[in-house]
Amino acid sequence: MDRQRVMALVRKDLKHAVREPASLFILLLFPVMLTVVFAVTFGGIGGGASTTYQVGVVDLNAPGPSAHWSSDLAANLSATQILVPKAYADNASAQADLEVGNLQAVLVIPADFGASADAYRASPTNASAWIETSLALYVDRGSMIATQAIPPMVAQVLVVTLQGPTAATSLPVTVGVPSLVTVSHHGTFDYFVPGLFAYGAIFITMTVGQSFSTDREDGRLRRLNTTPLTPTEFMTAQVIANMVLGVAQVGLIFAVAFAIGYRPSTDLLGLALAFLLVSVLAVACVGFGLITATMAKSSSAATGIAFLFVMPQMFLGTFISGMAPSPALAAAGRFVPAYYVTDALTNLFLRGVPAGNGAVLGDLAFVSLASVLVLAIGIVLFRRFGNE
Amino acid sequence: MTGFAIDVQDLEMRFGETRALQGLTLQVREGELFGLLGPNGAGKSTTINILTGLLEATAGTASVGGHALPKEARQVKEIIGVCPQDFSIFPYLTGRENVTLFGELYGVPRAELRERATTILDRLGLNGESDRRVKGYSGGMKRRISLATALIGDPEIAFLDEPTTGLDPQSRHAVWEFVETLKERKRTVILTTHYMEEAEALCDRIAIIDHGKLIALGTPEELRKAYEAKDLEEVFLKLTGRGLREGM
Repeated sequence: MDRQRVMALVRKDLKHAVREPASLFILLLFPVMLTVVFAVTFGGIGGGASTTYQVGVVDLNAPGPSAHWSSDLAANLSATQILVPKAYADNASAQADLEVGNLQAVLVIPADFGASADAYRASPTNASAWIETSLALYVDRGSMIATQAIPPMVAQVLVVTLQGPTAATSLPVTVGVPSLVTVSHHGTFDYFVPGLFAYGAIFITMTVGQSFSTDREDGRLRRLNTTPLTPTEFMTAQVIANMVLGVAQVGLIFAVAFAIGYRPSTDLLGLALAFLLVSVLAVACVGFGLITATMAKSSSAATGIAFLFVMPQMFLGTFISGMAPSPALAAAGRFVPAYYVTDALTNLFLRGVPAGNGAVLGDLAFVSLASVLVLAIGIVLFRRFGNE
Repeated sequence: MTGFAIDVQDLEMRFGETRALQGLTLQVREGELFGLLGPNGAGKSTTINILTGLLEATAGTASVGGHALPKEARQVKEIIGVCPQDFSIFPYLTGRENVTLFGELYGVPRAELRERATTILDRLGLNGESDRRVKGYSGGMKRRISLATALIGDPEIAFLDEPTTGLDPQSRHAVWEFVETLKERKRTVILTTHYMEEAEALCDRIAIIDHGKLIALGTPEELRKAYEAKDLEEVFLKLTGRGLREGM
């Protein structure tokens, strides 16, 4: 294989993508516009500021004889109109909700809270008669407001619960030092971003189909066929150019999403894997593009035929499938390469799964195999039936 | 090796029921500027497509530069340059980018490419416009760029399929002068054209084919004498008739 010939064609194809307005729009501008539109529509930009804080309340005092103290405390939390208590049967489930951002804090009322409160009420000025205890408070470390505002508010509510509106100098019950918990906040936009990455790449099918059909119509493929260029060099150049375009798409979408405020739950390795996944998907799209050009009698027909491959990938394998997947739709998605890219990116970006995770690598392996297979089918069909 | 740049023996080409070539036999000497003439549908383009490795003949043998076709098509493509009838250049590239692209495909070292492209563009009167995208070129400019892309690799054998169609007289003469420099450098050129005065002025020998068969072969002077004609056009019309032909 002659590197000079391959790179000459790669440069030609990249210039085509950048200089032809239709290609530029479909491959680069459209995905970026879509990202911005989705961010505005689904909360990536602006809004989202909460004026209330959900506080999970785990009441270990409930079964005891002084259970009313717990309910008084919860009622006083509600009375602030800022803190919204939500009862949990156990600490584990409250912590789980805190970790995924459904709560801003968790308050654990100890088993001896009622006894401590009773002892205090019986001898409010005799500290030696008090039963010392402590409420455990867990706060979302990612929310500056939550870490700063919730602990003093809970302390104030505690005072009111034990003493009534009149404050005392010291109490038998104190609030423990807040434990900071890392919380991931996922808005609707966060769920869309992995699919957006795959969404951009699937349109390579259309541009490749159009490009091959036009070059065939205008005699350029025949012309290239009179040069020393081999079919392998030609196809290698196509694959490289479109993988580069796939990476450029991901880079642009990511940059725009990042500027908007999107932060994936992954590290640099995870990001590198995301770029690799989309560039591998681009290989499959070259294959689909070749099949499109084989079926199309003209370049204008290629646009329509390309949708036979674009639509299933769009609806079954990108963010659209994530909107409301019926079981049938979810099962059908497993037959399109884009599904595996979106699945892997969702694991990486949304769930914070490490890049070496088996599920992610499995998706990469599957999409790689599928891409090679689709490309091989595309090459065979195009050489046999599509190249005049 | 046959000693000829091109050697065609009993070439047959069928497209379904149509016999595009019927036992065509001809040889082109090395360094010769050879005219291939014939009315529309005579089999000129089919012959060139076979000789450039785009088509496989139904029967007969063909060799280019001593390489048998289609078996050694790869080697043939290393030594030829093709300027097809349609422009077949990339509209989104500039003129210079088209020329350098084909230079790279023909294996011209990158160090030489810029200078070679400048020389060839200059000779074809395109240097001033070479950094504009081809999309905005006139038909004549596109044809000259197409010619430049065919010759940037300095091929041993050049196939020029109607290279002056649609050119104004100035551009046509620029192309003629350029083609003559190929002859001076002992390059073999196969030229098809519908302009008889062009063939007469440029070609060492001329073959006239019709209905896929060779019907006349010789120097322009030999043909004029043999058919008692005042010019090549009269020879052509005597041999192929005055009836209109469908394009192919």
